[in-house]
Amino acid sequence: MFDVSEVRKDFPMLQNKMMQNHPLVYLDNGATTFKPQSVIDAVTGYYTTTSCNIHRGDYDLSFQISSEYENARKSVAQFLNAEAKEIVFTSGATASLNQIAYGYGLKHLQKGDVILTTEAEHASSILPWFKVVEQTGAVIEYIELTEKGELSVENVRKALHEKVKVVVFAAVSNVLGFKNPVKEITRLAHELGAVVVCDGAQWVPHVKTDVKDLDVDFMVFSAHKCCGPTGIGVLYGKYDLLEDMEPVVYGGGANARFDACGNILLKHAPAKFEAGTPAIEAALGLKAAVEYLQKLDMDNIEAYEADLKRYAIEKLKELDHLMIYNAEASTGIIAFNVKDVFAQDAASYLNSQGIAVRAGNHCAKILVQHLKTSETIRASFYFYNTKEDVDRFVEACKNITVENCVGLFF
Amino acid sequence: MSSYFDDPMVLRQIIMDHYEYPRNHELKKQEGYAEVHMASESCIDDLFIEAKIKDGIIEDTGFEGTACTIATSSTSIMSELIKGKTTKEALEIINNYLAMVDEREYDEDMLEELIAFKTVSKQANRIKCATIGIKGFVQLIEESEKNHE
Ligand SMILES: Cc1ncc(COP(=O)(O)O)c(C=O)c1O
Repeated sequence: MFDVSEVRKDFPMLQNKMMQNHPLVYLDNGATTFKPQSVIDAVTGYYTTTSCNIHRGDYDLSFQISSEYENARKSVAQFLNAEAKEIVFTSGATASLNQIAYGYGLKHLQKGDVILTTEAEHASSILPWFKVVEQTGAVIEYIELTEKGELSVENVRKALHEKVKVVVFAAVSNVLGFKNPVKEITRLAHELGAVVVCDGAQWVPHVKTDVKDLDVDFMVFSAHKCCGPTGIGVLYGKYDLLEDMEPVVYGGGANARFDACGNILLKHAPAKFEAGTPAIEAALGLKAAVEYLQKLDMDNIEAYEADLKRYAIEKLKELDHLMIYNAEASTGIIAFNVKDVFAQDAASYLNSQGIAVRAGNHCAKILVQHLKTSETIRASFYFYNTKEDVDRFVEACKNITVENCVGLFF
Repeated sequence: MSSYFDDPMVLRQIIMDHYEYPRNHELKKQEGYAEVHMASESCIDDLFIEAKIKDGIIEDTGFEGTACTIATSSTSIMSELIKGKTTKEALEIINNYLAMVDEREYDEDMLEELIAFKTVSKQANRIKCATIGIKGFVQLIEESEKNHE
């Protein structure tokens, strides 16, 4: 196991950063994460030492940066246990999910086909499929969640049928943080010939990912949620499926040939999905990020976060005025509310104590039905959070009352 | 008056009171009433604002929805303050209020209980909350004026 105090030294944002005159406790890692110095250096290093475009020039600097860009792809492939040619760089998980829905869904779905998903999905995961439904006449069906809001293999089995062509779900839900049985769900879906689109935005940063073992057809994530830069994400797809998917964006770099009559000969995947100049520095930063995570070891990261979560739940459970919605979920997400306090007021109070959390509302029926609320506060950990962070958080939670929330303004 | 409104305890009490017992907290949805939905992108306040405006007079106001202390109480106070006023008077109050929240120059005497939000900008991210419902009233007033023309 790593030594968290050593790990923290790698992160400039964890050095003496203050918020509202308190040392910052950052518990919004589900939204985005801090960057270690190695990632920052990779990004700025591009601008200070290379700053040339890829795939363009017949000169050394361009050749070098093209190789480095492709090396980033290799590193990500190795991180996911995929082949480099199966890794498409996008601008983020949202772009990846849109590419799959529009590029694969629109091409292959027909009237009456079924897209199976859950009511706990992130908007980026499900909204593109709503558009596919509008344009194809396919329909969306929902897998029923358990009482606790979990996705169970049993319910997936019940929901699957012949007409299901695509199954879309988050490996870890951003609201409740349950680790879903990805491998089993995928096996069941494949028995019926459905394609599995797995949203790994909250999984890949926290759990070891082996796409071959999971056997998912598509897996996506954003670099910024796993110590990498913003502006880049990954779309993993089995190569045959990538070849069978249409690009959403056309342009330079994606076509091998085209003529004035409009005949286009596209390159093969992944290049055909990467028209235009990409976020080159971000690819280099992502490479540094996955190398950083691999050095810590993803299994260690998962175990560390699970331990931190258990520690936090134990302490929070002693507070009678808190309602915790996902005590059992093993990843580092805590969804909770304070009795009689609106989520945003509570989050604001925590802000005043230097603690960053997120108040969110969730259209997802799951919350309304299972949790009887449409707003929650989310605290989400990463491997650089400590028990001291948890203690500060718990102490602050003790004092959340409507009076104290209003008192902030005076 | 100003000394009374300088006491933080009093100001806090005003906000608490309007949060716990919001005034005009219902939508009539009757003829002559117009409604706007105010949902913020950056926070989770989600309000429906209603007004009955006839011949340039705000005859009635109302609101509903889920919102935080600041959004609920500011909307509640404003709903009381502009009821019965002409749209011109109401806009003057509202503009003074928005100026105060924005830390620009404003006329304190117009604002009555709204003074409670004088220091809301201490929590920069909450200015949105302090104005979301009020901007709903502005929209309704502007709409009514457009229809009148
Ligand atoms: C489960 C899940 N899917 C998708 C996304 C979208 O990621 P991004 O905003 O980086 O595109 C998020 C981010 O909040 C997420 O939590």
